[in-house]
Amino acid sequence: MSKKISLLIVDDEESVRDSLYNWFIEDGFETGCAESAGTALAMLENSHYDIIITDIKMPGMDGLELLKRIKTIKKDAIVIIMTAFAAVDTAVQALKDGAFDYVTKPFDPDDLSHLIRNASRQILLSNENEQLREHIGLEQVQDIIGKSEAIQQVLREVQQVASSNASVIITGESGTGKELFAKAIHANSARRFFPLVSVHCGALSESLLESELFGHEKGAFTGAVYNRKGRFEMADNGTIFLDEIATISMKMQIELLRVLETKSFMRVGGSKLISSDFRVICATNRDLKQMVVEGLFREDLYYRLNVVNISIPPLRARLDDIPVLVQHFISKYCRAMSRNIVTIESAAINRLQEYDFPGNVRELENMIERAIVVGNGKEIRVKDLPGQKESNAIITESLEELEKKHVQNVLNKYDWNISRTAKALQVDRVTLYNKIKKYDLRQGS
Amino acid sequence: MKITLLNYGQLDRNLLNKVAESVEKEFLSEVIIRDEYADLSTFFDSSRKQYNGNKLLGFIENKPRQGDEKFIGLFNVDIFIPILTYIYGQAYLNGKSAIASSHRLSNERYGMVKDEKLFLERLIKETHHELGHCFGLLHCHSPGCVMQSSTYVEDIDQKSGHFCESCRKHLHSSSL
Repeated sequence: MSKKISLLIVDDEESVRDSLYNWFIEDGFETGCAESAGTALAMLENSHYDIIITDIKMPGMDGLELLKRIKTIKKDAIVIIMTAFAAVDTAVQALKDGAFDYVTKPFDPDDLSHLIRNASRQILLSNENEQLREHIGLEQVQDIIGKSEAIQQVLREVQQVASSNASVIITGESGTGKELFAKAIHANSARRFFPLVSVHCGALSESLLESELFGHEKGAFTGAVYNRKGRFEMADNGTIFLDEIATISMKMQIELLRVLETKSFMRVGGSKLISSDFRVICATNRDLKQMVVEGLFREDLYYRLNVVNISIPPLRARLDDIPVLVQHFISKYCRAMSRNIVTIESAAINRLQEYDFPGNVRELENMIERAIVVGNGKEIRVKDLPGQKESNAIITESLEELEKKHVQNVLNKYDWNISRTAKALQVDRVTLYNKIKKYDLRQGS
Repeated sequence: MKITLLNYGQLDRNLLNKVAESVEKEFLSEVIIRDEYADLSTFFDSSRKQYNGNKLLGFIENKPRQGDEKFIGLFNVDIFIPILTYIYGQAYLNGKSAIASSHRLSNERYGMVKDEKLFLERLIKETHHELGHCFGLLHCHSPGCVMQSSTYVEDIDQKSGHFCESCRKHLHSSSL
């Protein structure tokens, strides 16, 4: 055992505490004793204990209440409840409240030994799991691809924020993959065993959104034939992802704020208050702060949601990621179309890296899918890519001026490496030298 | 270092001589046997119909002794501690006192044929185990080591009467 397991015994009877203490000490556990629930809570504030084994009947706060308090401080604490009375109801309640197990005094030595061994194994496995996770880093989320510093910075932020319960607003242009990052946050949070419920607010009318979020009771409105759980209810213990949050109406903003504050709501047409423990992640491609200034978005809701802001960079800010993204999409679509994996010529990659992608990763993905469909089945060539240059702003400059700018840009891109620049421009080195001379191009300009 | 076996269980002297011989070899200490008498009714818990192990251990602890002499009280009664249904013995870790009982060590108790050799082996193992705690040894996970925790009599049979290399080292360093 690499790390000693620590145990806290909570019992008002001294003889029980002493007996257990001696038993556990001989077994090599670090053991502490508390004569009451209050003392135990004070000890837990100052020291760490892996396992808490507590009596149920104690003067003052009983074992069940102690269990609840411990669970609010440390959700994954292993608490074993012991009592002299084999009351099934109490046992069931203890287990419902998160007790690891329940034992009736006096225990058979073998039962106690098994119980503690099981609890220790769980602790060791969970520590091992945590160490492995730290070692591996962020839980991989399919489709988040990128080695650029910009995307790595976002992934670091995701990792940092994932372990907290804070509300997050993910901002970014359309097509940057905001939902993927919401998934990454959820997948790396303690809520990952519970659902991630997504709601695309922009796609629903106000009344539909209300019923979608809060659910409805049978007969609440025409067509409400059955009771229906809302998304907030479905996200209990998990995460709710509200995409396009900027599109919700003022009325819904008020409703949403109330739910976020109380974590409770009523179904449409219902009268029963429903509680749900969810985390909120929102996404928008709008400037919410500006919307607050313009009076289009409630300031209180903005601050409630915007505890953490994660900004996803547009694809043009991480051009280095284009080759890996392209490879990812090639294998994704070739597999989906049951085709052999195609290659892509370097000129096509260069062409993609020169484009500014207003539609971001989604646009790149569509381009690659299309190129695989229209291509020769072996290699994606420049001509398989859509004429993306045409989508740029209307150019009014002279051809010469354009050429000068283009050559200068490509030279800068390749740090004035003549061979690579010539290759990218598809001209020979002499031609490139002539252009540099002709346009009086200089490094650093 | 002296270890004294206090015979409160009216255990056969020949049997105890063999236990003493084994303890002497294992602990490299002088071992003596003393026949003792005590009114055990004060340690009897009528609700559990068993003898209170904590009180028995306290009783042994309070016996006058010379220096760091270790005492192990050998009983032939069913011992419990408040939290457990029964125990074979217990000791003060790094202390001077231990107790062990032969009550649950005999085959007859489990409806099996009497086996004196097995009974002696079990008694020796329990004595070594509890005295091991007095020398600061914890339960050991090394297969066959006498310091392995035993909750059933079959567990006692699974282990040897000897200390593993690591426990032996600890034992000899602490008894020096």
